[in-house]
Amino acid sequence: MPSLRISQLALLGLATGIFSGLFGVGGGIVLVPLLVLWAGFDERRAAATSLLAIVIAASAGAATQLIYGNVHFVAALTVGLPAIGGVLIGTWLQQRVPVALVQLMFSVLLVGVAVLVVLK
Amino acid sequence: MIALAIVIGVVAGVLSGMFGIGGGILLVPALALVLGLDHVEAEATSLLAIIPVAAVGAWRQKGYGNLDVRSGLTIGVFAAVAAVVGVALVNVLPVHLVRYGFAALMVYVAWRMATSAIKQLRADDESAVPGGS
Repeated sequence: MPSLRISQLALLGLATGIFSGLFGVGGGIVLVPLLVLWAGFDERRAAATSLLAIVIAASAGAATQLIYGNVHFVAALTVGLPAIGGVLIGTWLQQRVPVALVQLMFSVLLVGVAVLVVLK
Repeated sequence: MIALAIVIGVVAGVLSGMFGIGGGILLVPALALVLGLDHVEAEATSLLAIIPVAAVGAWRQKGYGNLDVRSGLTIGVFAAVAAVVGVALVNVLPVHLVRYGFAALMVYVAWRMATSAIKQLRADDESAVPGGS
């Protein structure tokens, strides 16, 4: 696996954070295309890296929101627990769908999010 | 309503695992519209819910041999810091003006992703034909 220089990783992180903070979109929506188109990752490696980055970034965001008292724990469990089951299915499925097809589906998802950004 | 929230949670998780996103795109509307949280609470709660989902996804991807831990951690730390900057900038910049530009950029990126994917799929097709070039 070719690994990126620290300066490249920093740039990816900064771009992801600023864009997602500015436009209220999730980090993965910004990071995955950057990893695929700019860093040359395939969809599986891009998704894997993005998920770990999201753990860190979401933890920081959630910690801030906990201080403000905006987090509802029961609601988080209501959607979060089923989502943990879903992510097991999703990652399993991703290994069985050709990477190019996952990339094609991701581009459809991007257009959908673009529409949401305009409507927001 | 709880059942609907659970179903949306599962779908958000599948998208998360499939595409490497957090799933907030579905979780935030589910929390707001189905469970009745206000918008700020929905975004905050979604952030908390996403942590274990992304962690389990990253762990599975590690098992599949797709995860470079150093890259993911480093990008995540920089993204966490930069997100604070991004949120602060929202109050200073005319974000409503650049929003259309950002949406257009996303559509362009989608186009680039799609064309490169189709090129790969065609190449796979040709290499699958015996004797084909």
